[in-house]
Amino acid sequence: MNPKFGIVVFPGSNCDHDAYYALKKINNYDAEFLWHKDTDLKNSDVIILPGGFSYGDYLRTGAIARFSPIINSVIGFAEKGGIVMGVCNGFQILLEAGLLPGVMLNNISLKFVCKDVFLSVENYDTIFTNHIPSKKLLKIPVAHGEGNYFADEQTLSELERNKQILFRYVSSSGIADEASNPNGSVMNIAGLINKRGNVMGLMPHPERCCDSVLGNTDGNFIFKSIARNIIN
Amino acid sequence: MKEPEVTFELALEHGLIKEEWEKILKILGRTPTFTELGIFSVMWSEHCSYKNSIAQLKTLPRSGGRLLVAAGEENAGLIDIGDDLAVAFKIESHNHPSAVEPYQGAATGVGGIMRDIFTMGARPIASLNSLRFGSLKDSRTRYLFDGVVRGIGDYGNSFGVPTVAGEVYFDESYQGNPLVNAMAVGIVNKKHVTSAIAKGVGNPVMIVGSSTGRDGIHGATFASEEISEKSESKRPSVQVGDPFTEKLLLEATLEIIKNGWLIGIQDMGAAGISCSTSEMSAKGKSGMKINLDKVPLREDGMTAYEIMLSESQERMLCCVKKGYEEKVKAVFEKWDLNCEIIGEVTDDGLLHIDYQGERKATIPAFELVLGGGAPVYIREQKEPEYLKHTRNFNFQSLPQPKNIKDTFLKVFSSPNIVSKQWVYHQYDTMVRTNTIVGPGCDAAVIYIKGTSKALSMKTDCNSRYVYLNPKEGTKIAVAECARNIVCSGGIPLGVTNCLNFGNPYKPEVYWQFAQAIAGMGEACRKFDTPVTGGNVSFYNESPDTAVYPTPTIGMVGLVEDLNHITTSYFKDEGDVIYLIGEDNEDLGGSEYLKIIHNIVSGNCPEIDLDKEKKLQQTILSLIRNGFIKSAHDISEGGIVSALAECCIINQEKPIGCEVEIPVKSRIDFSLFSESQSRIIISISNSKQKDFEVKLQETVIPFSKLGLVRGKSMIIKNLFEVPMEELSDIYFNTIPRIMSGE
Repeated sequence: MNPKFGIVVFPGSNCDHDAYYALKKINNYDAEFLWHKDTDLKNSDVIILPGGFSYGDYLRTGAIARFSPIINSVIGFAEKGGIVMGVCNGFQILLEAGLLPGVMLNNISLKFVCKDVFLSVENYDTIFTNHIPSKKLLKIPVAHGEGNYFADEQTLSELERNKQILFRYVSSSGIADEASNPNGSVMNIAGLINKRGNVMGLMPHPERCCDSVLGNTDGNFIFKSIARNIIN
Repeated sequence: MKEPEVTFELALEHGLIKEEWEKILKILGRTPTFTELGIFSVMWSEHCSYKNSIAQLKTLPRSGGRLLVAAGEENAGLIDIGDDLAVAFKIESHNHPSAVEPYQGAATGVGGIMRDIFTMGARPIASLNSLRFGSLKDSRTRYLFDGVVRGIGDYGNSFGVPTVAGEVYFDESYQGNPLVNAMAVGIVNKKHVTSAIAKGVGNPVMIVGSSTGRDGIHGATFASEEISEKSESKRPSVQVGDPFTEKLLLEATLEIIKNGWLIGIQDMGAAGISCSTSEMSAKGKSGMKINLDKVPLREDGMTAYEIMLSESQERMLCCVKKGYEEKVKAVFEKWDLNCEIIGEVTDDGLLHIDYQGERKATIPAFELVLGGGAPVYIREQKEPEYLKHTRNFNFQSLPQPKNIKDTFLKVFSSPNIVSKQWVYHQYDTMVRTNTIVGPGCDAAVIYIKGTSKALSMKTDCNSRYVYLNPKEGTKIAVAECARNIVCSGGIPLGVTNCLNFGNPYKPEVYWQFAQAIAGMGEACRKFDTPVTGGNVSFYNESPDTAVYPTPTIGMVGLVEDLNHITTSYFKDEGDVIYLIGEDNEDLGGSEYLKIIHNIVSGNCPEIDLDKEKKLQQTILSLIRNGFIKSAHDISEGGIVSALAECCIINQEKPIGCEVEIPVKSRIDFSLFSESQSRIIISISNSKQKDFEVKLQETVIPFSKLGLVRGKSMIIKNLFEVPMEELSDIYFNTIPRIMSGE
């Protein structure tokens, strides 16, 4: 079977077409846009909440998108074990919707930052990462103004205990230091999963590095992992 | 509210002059109403009418090549790129708003130029800019610089179009009057190209997008006067941007265009409803009946005058095919946008404006617009006095630097040379996933999905050269832009220009302007790059003097095969480095002269357009034949700065070089000369012989400089600098200045 990805389009989403292109044109998976005013997930196997500035994000990022009609369906889907992936603004929405723990603060620089970063994979035993070659650092770009992940001590220790921290910002040699942290995230956290392992959020944009024309396909390891887990 | 009585004095306050007032009386055969006076004053402002520039602009090559619409005919220029596609692009200034309110001024500059692109039916694919500020040592400059960059970033990032290339210069000449020029590039299927026209009696006229408020009233007039201490009070003339609404407007507009429901559409930028209604009518040789009661307002109690002159952003005027109103409305409703019918097309050539049961204006549309009744002036010209001194500057009088390495490090640390990463890391450079080469190299390269082609694009202008020699300096701006496109693997296609000058009523300024246009025309003809349109910004003057004349060039080129894409930086150990072109010890207006000797003088470098064209053709042919591994044009800071950049631009893999730089009369001259028509290339060792044979067939001078190798830049017999030191200077200078270190 060919996995089907449903890509939610909020007003202000701007990475929706990039995700569609990566999934449909590069990988030949089924992909369909889902309108924010609708509630039908159209039998998708995976829901993608794409990057962008949903509803303009003039308030806190993701704070309004969280109340859109489609999000109720997404929450229901996740509660039944459906696979949900939030990228950048999508990650922020997942936090606001309570599907992932913690909050997002302004980047410590107080500036938007767009550049390639290196990520270490902290847990290979998830549907999002189990087809990434072991020990490989992923080079994937970030592009955000509010990517400074924060959670209280208790939440952080729980995340660690449950191996929910999926990606960390690291140097090109794999060290999670301050210099390689683009936004000030606590413990260099770049991506998380929920306890059940079916909901994942990450700030970097894997859909931006799937096409070999652009010279980097590291992002595709994540989509391929998801797809293979659905096929199997 | 009672309207003021319309008198000659009131017309003067509106920025009109006596002969314009008399012309209005003649056109109307009566005294204008207050609303009419407002409309005339903005439409005949420099900003909208080009009254002092159009005569010169008409001398530029405005057709030919693959140009699909002639310059000035539509919202933006359009060039055929094959595969049924065309590229639309345009550059525009937002200098005055940015001088008083940098964040919103720059943001709305980006918004405005984007609307010019998507009203053509094109989807914007890239954003560029050209920015100029005073000295970074000054805290006001740092405030403006920071605000402008955040404004450009926040708007483009949210709108979802990557900002991929540009230039940033710092010079005291821009101290009180920064220049903010924004350029946008879009792609359109030729069958969806849309015009800014209204025709067909009875066709409905709709206003779509944001509601109308009191922001930006008289923005066009504000842009047509000098910046002064009073300018701070013009802050309300600055518009406020909403990229979220613009993103919705983009999607909705492209959807209705694709469906074929439109006659025409125009962005509401300067002069708002006044400009869009009159220009669309004039273009269609029609008229319009407009009822302002239907315009969605965001404030109570607005007058007809205010509604007609408001420059509220994210609005457009559509002329819809009769019968499709409801379909168009449904699309805008889907995107939660206003869409109201405010009038209809007539055939009497008149603009009728009604409000609250009263006729507020009746003006022949044609009389308001450029190419119609708008005034055209040719101003007095006079060569500026300063040129007598600068031309005769004696370079031999310059003291020789004692320590050439320290001198290089100082020149290389100039904010005009070092990396602008601090800027472009705040821009989303990758959204839409087409960015093959982003900021940092000679030109950006953007993939055209569904084809095996790409577009390369760049903005350029060394305004010190233009100051020292307006005609030759402008030729250099065009030549350098084309050289950058070629170094990236593209063929130059066309030019858009943003002409930033002082007050045209000063004969010296007008002389600079006319000379610059003459040089631009000559260069554009030589490179077969027609001028597709652009924008003129006069009155760029701050307390003491005009800014350097700055004719910014934006150029787009076509990379016909993705294999031709070339970057600036050295690739592999053992590659051989060549200089193509030769040094003439051109120090006039150089960064070296400014940084080390604090002098802006001399003549600008010589430029021989025939030689330049041959050089570019040769480089392109070498790229296509797979010889070239890197190509980088030599500009500010001379050959040694260019070599350093080749070593470190690729931050992930810096690589050293060992070279010998041929010295003519003086070491400092040879290292820092900014002679034109020079490119540094590197090739694989194994291709050396074939390459030299091939180059000897041309008449282009070239010399082997040395090898790519090691972890330092070694300039033989002179000095050596480790990669870490070069990288630290290059990438950390601006962040250090901006964080107050």
